[in-house]
Amino acid sequence: MARAFLHIAALIAAGLALASGARADELVPYKIIGDTIPEPLTGSPGDAARGRALVVARTTTCILCHSGPFPEARFQGDLAPDLTGTGDWLSAGQLRLRLVDASRYNPQTIMPSYYRNDGLVRVGRNFAGKPILSAAEIEDIVAFLVTLRN
Amino acid sequence: MIFWRAIAAATLLAAAPALLAGEIPPDARRSGYSFMGPDTRAMQDDDTSNPGMLFVLDGGALWAKKAGSADKACADCHGDATTSMKGVAARYPAFDKALARPITLDQRINLCRANHQQAPALPYESRDLLALSAFVAHQSRGVAITAGDDPELKPFVAQGRDLFMQREGQLNLACTNCHDDNFDKRLAGSPITQGQPTGYPLYRLEWQTLGSIERRLRSCMTGVRAQAYDYGAPELVALELYLMSRARGLAMETPAVRP
Ligand code: HEC
Ligand code: HEC
Ligand code: HEC
Repeated sequence: MARAFLHIAALIAAGLALASGARADELVPYKIIGDTIPEPLTGSPGDAARGRALVVARTTTCILCHSGPFPEARFQGDLAPDLTGTGDWLSAGQLRLRLVDASRYNPQTIMPSYYRNDGLVRVGRNFAGKPILSAAEIEDIVAFLVTLRN
Repeated sequence: MIFWRAIAAATLLAAAPALLAGEIPPDARRSGYSFMGPDTRAMQDDDTSNPGMLFVLDGGALWAKKAGSADKACADCHGDATTSMKGVAARYPAFDKALARPITLDQRINLCRANHQQAPALPYESRDLLALSAFVAHQSRGVAITAGDDPELKPFVAQGRDLFMQREGQLNLACTNCHDDNFDKRLAGSPITQGQPTGYPLYRLEWQTLGSIERRLRSCMTGVRAQAYDYGAPELVALELYLMSRARGLAMETPAVRP
């Protein structure tokens, strides 16, 4: 049943991509339950060390807005909550949804949707049709964020 | 008596232009200058240390230099810039009747080159165009911004405002998300300002040179991974016009210095 649902979602997504003529990268289909995406986007588990490196890298953009327990990162933002202790109150499933598409639980949020490739305006040529992060990178970051405990 | 006063008060309220949600009230508008550290402020304040003044000097020389097949200098028609150009930049972009759309100061200068000097257009961000526009805008230093008043500009101000509010790019952020909702906060450690256009063209330490407001807007767009508009594109002109109308009352600072 769940499998059939995912399959249909994938078909619809593919159909939309064709219809709009965009050469959007294929995204791994996922299912939202409540405020979570319970199932990992990849077959193999995320790597917390790689996730930490990603979060701290400027190009991933997290620390433009967030701060956190990253003593080596000199320039951190304060547009968003500090990530210290995130794993105490958010589950892997909740974190996955927030990273994949934060606008799904807060339509006004300024946090970008990291795993989305449609419904965006004037995306730069080099980024068009691509999600900000890959499915594997999302899983790495989720694996890292759950380890952030007070 | 009290009754009349109440009516007068009500009329005043009705006459004040309504602020739209998220917009910065006039008395809270602050130039990027007020967000800077003391060293950068001192650099801007002292003409002998402000690197933008070198461009202003160059612009003054170009102002007096004959150019094009008409063999005329700006000064031949406009005379002493300290009087003829005072306050001009504070009301740009301005509506151009012949083109039926707003044009920037850079575009105005190039129209004079084309129509009055029979000289080729100076490329955007070229040293000469920056120098001339810095020289012209410098004559408005301290003058309060009034751009956008012309009723013919209304639809273009509205277009600029829509663009300012529009989420865009892979990061899906609008200008308003940073410059109305989050000024005084820090993006990766550097302060976000209100994005006021008071100082252009200005010297940015990060650029190591003078740059136009269009260069700044294009880098904000690139920052959110949006496809930046080309120099001179109507959308960039509309954005600049909206920013200038949003900065109404703030003093011009050209050439400002920014980090
Ligand atoms: C442009 C700003 C911005 C960027 C970039 C950003 N976020 Fe956020 N994030 C926010 C804001 C604002 C919130 C607060 C909730 C909201 O507004 O939706 C938030 C909320 C969160 C939360 C929930 C925190 C809590 O305590 O509820 C997590 C976890 C999170 N972000 C992680 C990340 C990670 C990881 C990245 C990078 C991959 C990232 N964010 C990038 C703005 C941002
Ligand atoms: C042969 C005469 C002539 C020359 C040379 C000339 N201009 Fe002009 N300029 C004009 C006229 C006339 C206008 C009014 C608009 C129009 O009719 O083109 C004008 C308008 C302007 C304006 C807008 C003033 C306002 O109040 O909106 C600026 C700024 C300007 N010129 C700058 C320059 C600069 C800089 C140069 C040299 C690169 C220059 N001009 C050369 C004739 C000239
Ligand atoms: C993610 C945040 C962000 C977004 C979105 C953004 N900017 Fe900026 N902007 C900045 C930062 C950071 C700076 C450099 C520091 C400063 O001056 O605020 C800046 C600078 C500016 C400045 C220069 C201010 C000065 O004092 O010289 C202007 C004008 C401006 N932005 C306008 C815009 C416009 C128009 C848009 C939309 C097309 C936009 N910005 C989108 C972050 C942003």
